[in-house]
Amino acid sequence: MVLVIAEQRDGVLNNASWEALVAAQQLDEPVRVAVAGAGDGLAAVGAELAAADVESILTVDHPELESYTPDGFVAAFAAVVTDTAPDRVFLAHTYQTREFAPRLAARVGRSLIADCVGVRPRDGRLAFVRPMFQGKFVADVAAAGPAPHFASFQIGAFRPDALERGAAPAPVTAFPVTLEPGAIRQQIEVPFQEAKQAVDLTQAERIVAVGRGIKGREHLGLVESLATALGAEVAASRPICDSGWLPMDRQIGSSGQTVAPKLYLALGISGAIQHLVGMKGSRTIVAVNKDADAPIFEVADYGIVGDLFDVVPAIIAALDA
Amino acid sequence: MKIAVCVKQVVTREWPLRVDEARTWVEDRDASFEMNEPDAYALEEALRLREQHGGEVVVCSAGPARAAQVVREALARGADRAIRVEGGGLAAADAAMVAEALAAAMRDEQFELVLTGLQSDDQGFAQTGVVLAELLGIPHATIIMEVQVADGRLRVKRELEGGWFQWVSMPTPALLTIQSGINQLRYATLKGIMAAKRKEVRVVEAAADLVPRQEILEIRVPEKTKQTHMIAGSPSEAAAELVKVLREEARVI
Ligand SMILES: Cc1cc2nc3c(=O)[nH]c(=O)nc-3n(C[C@H](O)[C@H](O)[C@H](O)COP(=O)(O)OP(=O)(O)OC[C@H]3O[C@@H](n4cnc5c(N)ncnc54)[C@H](O)[C@@H]3O)c2cc1C
Ligand SMILES: Nc1ncnc2c1ncn2[C@@H]1O[C@H](COP(=O)(O)O)[C@@H](O)[C@H]1O
Repeated sequence: MVLVIAEQRDGVLNNASWEALVAAQQLDEPVRVAVAGAGDGLAAVGAELAAADVESILTVDHPELESYTPDGFVAAFAAVVTDTAPDRVFLAHTYQTREFAPRLAARVGRSLIADCVGVRPRDGRLAFVRPMFQGKFVADVAAAGPAPHFASFQIGAFRPDALERGAAPAPVTAFPVTLEPGAIRQQIEVPFQEAKQAVDLTQAERIVAVGRGIKGREHLGLVESLATALGAEVAASRPICDSGWLPMDRQIGSSGQTVAPKLYLALGISGAIQHLVGMKGSRTIVAVNKDADAPIFEVADYGIVGDLFDVVPAIIAALDA
Repeated sequence: MKIAVCVKQVVTREWPLRVDEARTWVEDRDASFEMNEPDAYALEEALRLREQHGGEVVVCSAGPARAAQVVREALARGADRAIRVEGGGLAAADAAMVAEALAAAMRDEQFELVLTGLQSDDQGFAQTGVVLAELLGIPHATIIMEVQVADGRLRVKRELEGGWFQWVSMPTPALLTIQSGINQLRYATLKGIMAAKRKEVRVVEAAADLVPRQEILEIRVPEKTKQTHMIAGSPSEAAAELVKVLREEARVI
């Protein structure tokens, strides 16, 4: 049996949970789903999940689970895993599961194969395909040791619309848990956003984005000249903003802005997944990188393998011509 | 405050990586190595906390003998002493195995705060710190962008998706995984490099009975799925061609 741990907040199911469910369904093993929370919101999510063709939905309802904490979720799901004894436990690779799932696996003496983009049979075993070295390689990884084996799946690796729906809603059962007083050591405050972004890159028609290939802040003028010539906004990968070379509100990616301009020109950006999720919806993507194997070429429509310090001045000159 | 910082040695980002002959790891025999990037930010945060609250910073690293290089570098940047867990098999080991090796060497030290990076550049598990917290029996929080310490408690700013954040507080001892960009890094000074030579490094053999829980069957370059129009030629030829296709084919300029 595959146990899928779904994620919800305030009665809203995280869409990525459907993808983890699709990953489980394609294995041809019975599937059960567990989801934690409290009260009506959780009940609504349970009913929503019941549309899937699965054996059952377990709702783990406890006032202390209304808001996510790592201690609370590890304790609750460890009880579910111990009680239901699945062969595998699947989750979506979200910021939340990144935080608690490795500890959950460790609590029951197992390990998690994280951030997988696929799963397939290989020599009688199940191989989980996951990126390594920042997307430059992928690896087939198999679990060693006894079940349950835990795996998490990168968002977008499976299509939520490939979900198999049941003829009738799956049964929803409550899974009671007890949490020792003091078991939850983290105290959380309400999530917030930093002050409104000064620059709204989502409205830009053209974006010239720069990555660590630029080497030093003193070279940013080159990028700005190209942006001016193209009528484009300047944006950057995270390390450029981390170093303080450009303000944070010019960062593109999972922890920055998500953009979809007509033209996205990536200069000296390797194309790590956290960057790609912020820009891969752009209409035309151009990449300039000196490494022909850089993952950015995987999403680019046009690519130039070369040194940006040679190529960028040449593009500026060609635009002038 | 007694603070541990876990640092991992990884192949330098600039190194042209190839898959090794067995196709289960990369060819790294002649590679150059560096400190995993978020770990440098974790170290910097530890040094800043020591400046504010006193105490000591102990750098902990597990790996083959070559990992001594990042330990030296951390000491040169200002860490007080080091624990280095040595084991040839640790370079390509899974997160649970590395966490076990570290926990065994760190447990008796009773650290009040353990900092790790949020993710390694090579394996990218994003797990070693989290599993280590479980093995040490202390609470944890991940992807931290600010750390406040008061009255034996931590209040930390956790990064969520899409520009959201959340403050979380918890008692010490605790473990935090640090996100890149939490602070501005300092680099080693000549004085620091000299001083590092006299600092204590405790070398511990990794236990022989650590069991892998994951096995890499094969590493390969990902298959291309998108038709990318690669533009060849000299920089000026390629640039002229690019401008032409952007005007006439893509019609975006
Ligand atoms: C939780 C989390 C959230 C993250 N959020 C984000 C995010 O929102 N946005 C983001 O961007 N990253 C994010 N990251 C970081 C991400 O994983 C990568 O580390 C980062 O995107 C790499 O930036 P880069 O491509 O500029 O640098 P690198 O990976 O160092 O790549 C530099 C590239 O430049 C090329 N290059 C070098 N010199 C030249 C030259 N002279 N000419 C041409 N090319 C050259 C190299 O071949 C290389 O491909 C996040 C990571 C985590 C773990
Ligand atoms: N071999 C190691 N030695 C010391 N710390 C490590 C080691 N491997 C991982 N870590 C720490 O755990 C963090 C997460 O690594 P990972 O789980 O490999 O993504 C890193 O940023 C380091 O701080």
